[in-house]
Amino acid sequence: MIQGVQLDMLSADRLSKMTSYEKIRLILDDVHQGCVVVLERGLTPEEQGKLLEATMMEIAPGGFSGIEIETYPSFGGDKGLFGKLFKKGDNSRMMVIGPVDQLKMLSREKDRLIAWASAAQ
Amino acid sequence: MAAFLRIKGFFNKLFSKKRSRVGIYGPPNAGKTTLANRIVRDVTGEALGPASEIPHETRRARRKEGVEISSGSGNKLMIDIVDTPGVTTKIDYHEFLEYGMDQDEAVARAREATEGVAEAMHWLREDIDGVIYVLDSTQDPFMHVNIMMIGIIEARKLPVVIVANKIDLPDASPQRIKSAFPQHPVVEISGLEGNNMEALYSKIAEVFK
Ligand SMILES: Nc1nc2c(ncn2[C@@H]2O[C@H](COP(=O)(O)OP(=O)(O)O)[C@@H](O)[C@H]2O)c(=O)[nH]1
Ligand SMILES: [Mg+2]
Repeated sequence: MIQGVQLDMLSADRLSKMTSYEKIRLILDDVHQGCVVVLERGLTPEEQGKLLEATMMEIAPGGFSGIEIETYPSFGGDKGLFGKLFKKGDNSRMMVIGPVDQLKMLSREKDRLIAWASAAQ
Repeated sequence: MAAFLRIKGFFNKLFSKKRSRVGIYGPPNAGKTTLANRIVRDVTGEALGPASEIPHETRRARRKEGVEISSGSGNKLMIDIVDTPGVTTKIDYHEFLEYGMDQDEAVARAREATEGVAEAMHWLREDIDGVIYVLDSTQDPFMHVNIMMIGIIEARKLPVVIVANKIDLPDASPQRIKSAFPQHPVVEISGLEGNNMEALYSKIAEVFK
């Protein structure tokens, strides 16, 4: 088998059928196994907060040390009334989540994210 | 009867108006405790808790009740200040070893830090009426944790003032913070040196009233 990182890419359709808790559990289970998760449509801010709290509970010094999570920082671009009316919220943007010791962000721009993923040690 | 109820409502509003509880949030080491101490010290002469260059010095939320903020134009506002632990998605105890802690101390600090983050989130969910979001102006404001926290604050419709802190440092770029969050008021300060605090007090009095 080739060396590398497993990617789990979830479609918006698949995500829309899952509860918040199911999404969070799936993400953390994947991340614990050294997998990088890509969500076609990201978590809501509230769900991100819950993911963060669940992550904190699972951090074990010397073991799991947390997650890297990124999405396009969409707000700021669509400020006007038009943007406000038609904006679906930040959760409509793609999101990538991975183990912090395997996924590193190299650069963040409004419309471009560059990340480096490495295989589990 | 209706008139009586209306009068009662008026008096309730007048006398039992709850003080706003303002949470100081932001990533680790942004200068939250330094700022909380400065505000509380300016007003009451006391401090809220120790600040430190080592991340996660604050691992429990600390509250100071009844802090009176006055703006330059004479507006006065009584608030409760809550200094919170820094919010992050990752905590690695090895980081603390670099500051000369031994293994046990570093592991204990990491454990407490994870609880601290959860506690900060809990306060935000239940007990906070407004947020002072502190950012280190030398760092990338687009770090996901900031995008997430501002998103949560917006979803809860909490009033927020963003602080572009550490402007005394040569590589500070408060402009980057302003362009990252154009929808919110941003005040540039140095919490350490006390620069531009009057502008911050005015903004606090305006936004959290
Ligand atoms: N240069 C500079 N350093 C600051 C400023 N505010 C805080 N610091 C330093 O940043 C470090 C973290 O401060 P602290 O208040 O503990 O941050 P907290 O983790 O957000 O509570 C400490 O070494 C402070 O002295 C500032 O305005 N300018
Ligand atoms: Mg602190």
